[in-house]
Amino acid sequence: MSSYKETFVSTQLGKVRVWEKGRGKRVGFFAGVGGLPKWTPFLDRLSENYRVIAPALPGFPGGPSSEPLDGPLDWVLAVGDVFDAAGLDGGDLIGASIGGAMAMEIAAIWPGSVRKLVLIAPFGLFEEAAPVADIFAQPPNRMVNVLSGKPEDLAAYYKVPDGANPGDWEVQALNANIAAASIIWPLGDTRIAKRLGRIDVDTLLVWGDNDKVIPQSYAKRFATDLGGKSKTQVIKNAGHMAEFDQPNAVAKAIAGFLS
Amino acid sequence: MKVMWFHLMPYQDLPVDFKDKHNSVWVDIDPKLYDPVAGHRLYNEYIDELVYADKVGFDGICVNEHHANAYGLMPSPNLIASALARETKDAAVCVMGNSVALYNPPTRVAEEMAMLDCMSGGRLIAGFPVGTPMDTCYAYGQNPANLRERYYEGIDFVMRAWREEKPFSYNGRYNQQRYVNAWPRPIQKPNPPVWIPGGGSVETWDLCAKNSFVYASLSYFGHQASKVSLAGFWNAMKERKKEPNPFQAAFLQFVGVGENRKEAMDLYRESAEYFYGRCLHTDPSYANPPGYTTEATVRARVGSQVMQAAEASRRRVRQDTSDIFDAGHVVIGSPDEVADKLRAVCKEMHVGHLMLLLHYGNMSAQLTRYNTDLFAKKVLPQIKDLFENEWEDKWWPTGMPAVTEVRAPMGAAAE
Repeated sequence: MSSYKETFVSTQLGKVRVWEKGRGKRVGFFAGVGGLPKWTPFLDRLSENYRVIAPALPGFPGGPSSEPLDGPLDWVLAVGDVFDAAGLDGGDLIGASIGGAMAMEIAAIWPGSVRKLVLIAPFGLFEEAAPVADIFAQPPNRMVNVLSGKPEDLAAYYKVPDGANPGDWEVQALNANIAAASIIWPLGDTRIAKRLGRIDVDTLLVWGDNDKVIPQSYAKRFATDLGGKSKTQVIKNAGHMAEFDQPNAVAKAIAGFLS
Repeated sequence: MKVMWFHLMPYQDLPVDFKDKHNSVWVDIDPKLYDPVAGHRLYNEYIDELVYADKVGFDGICVNEHHANAYGLMPSPNLIASALARETKDAAVCVMGNSVALYNPPTRVAEEMAMLDCMSGGRLIAGFPVGTPMDTCYAYGQNPANLRERYYEGIDFVMRAWREEKPFSYNGRYNQQRYVNAWPRPIQKPNPPVWIPGGGSVETWDLCAKNSFVYASLSYFGHQASKVSLAGFWNAMKERKKEPNPFQAAFLQFVGVGENRKEAMDLYRESAEYFYGRCLHTDPSYANPPGYTTEATVRARVGSQVMQAAEASRRRVRQDTSDIFDAGHVVIGSPDEVADKLRAVCKEMHVGHLMLLLHYGNMSAQLTRYNTDLFAKKVLPQIKDLFENEWEDKWWPTGMPAVTEVRAPMGAAAE
């Protein structure tokens, strides 16, 4: 992996780490469960065609503490601040999983702020007939099996890097999960259904064909209820974290849609 | 020392192959396993057992709260406690306790506990557990990200509801109430003694040390596990330069008394195995939702070999129940052996309140009576004096106030 740039920007909640790589059109990335403890091959692939900007959301690795955030309004304003401070206003935005739930809020609440939207298996809806999995109620160290079609690779990605303090690393992962729970506990229903009609930008829905967290049938409901035009692309041999499992295929699908 | 009789109220008819055929005793247990007719018998039998403990001289009787759980049939311990308040005369009624984070508004907890204090004549001990993840985050859907903060605020809310002399407004992070006015008021002033069950969280040690609450180590793994938790509590007390009064601590122990150790093993093995085998058959997936264990506790565990060893021992017993007696999860033996052991561990851990599980698992009413009688007659007299001459128990219910004047009924003055 070639080098990427790390900067820090200020928001009302605190300092936010921003990772950036590549040239060309701006495209923002909000990561999903666990955030970005390390750089990823997906961001590399994306940066071959775009200037990729990946800011850390509150509570996730590199972000300020999410402790002060009490509810959806606090969350949306805090993520809105991150979006602005990272210079993403008016650009394209990709949101994966929990990051997808927040990306939809930005597009719904601030019209014109997002040019084109990409959602990789976003949280936000819940259907009793095909329930979203309880990602937190998993046997110890088995969350990776639910998130990814390549659980060993994902476990290796989350592993403490050489020289890092295991306590700090564990606390970082804990805080990311606390932030995730703060947004999606207990069902993953963020009530976005009430706001989907406000999202009037072109949207690409990306879904792994073996998503064990959010059934593929949800893509259909998003496509029907979104206010703008949408297209769905299913990625082969991929789980919930399709961008982790198949970075090339997901980056290619996104490049095709954004160009 | 105060010696208390604790009931979990387990369901007794879990099938022999429960561990193989069912995922967990908690949260997702099959509702079809519950027979309400058996429930009728069990509730009445269990209440009788608690009432009997009062009669034979135990200082307190204890109930607790669990949800969607087959070994704890008291979603509302207050309902059982209200029956006990009527049917007993002397024992402290220890509700251990109400998970305040689950009640919205927590006014309900202040009210019901005040009712119990009035009904029992000032015999209530008010316990406030944060609640297990299974009870709170899964069975009751609370967000683990803010469960603890909600719990702390709930305690503060209830304490104010008991202490304030006028209706007041509460503007908390999680609770906003224009009018808080708990009617009735508790008999005990300014409030019933507050006890906090703990399982080794750093925050709970600090909470008890800071507010002068009783720290109660409630572990199913006996004094070995409680030793670690209580050492942490006394350490937190020392750091705050607080007096190490053993009556500010409590701990829970399973006990089986027989004429001798061999008889006791024969008598209690089945009930113990039922409890540790079937009742503790829980799904570890429900054990650790994010935020339930705090950053401070995670850091303490990463660095503490003692805590890791205690956890490893707990895991072992879940898999293999042959260790129950040897590891001290259940203290077993002749009355003298049990008395010596309990005296030694209470002294070592510096604990003035001993909570006993003399019923566990599928123990019959007859065997429970035998265990209770033997304990009351032959063990209790040997351990009661511990700490009593050196320390004052400031965390024990006061009972009814001394009568200084008889209040005229309302309206009498106008006549």
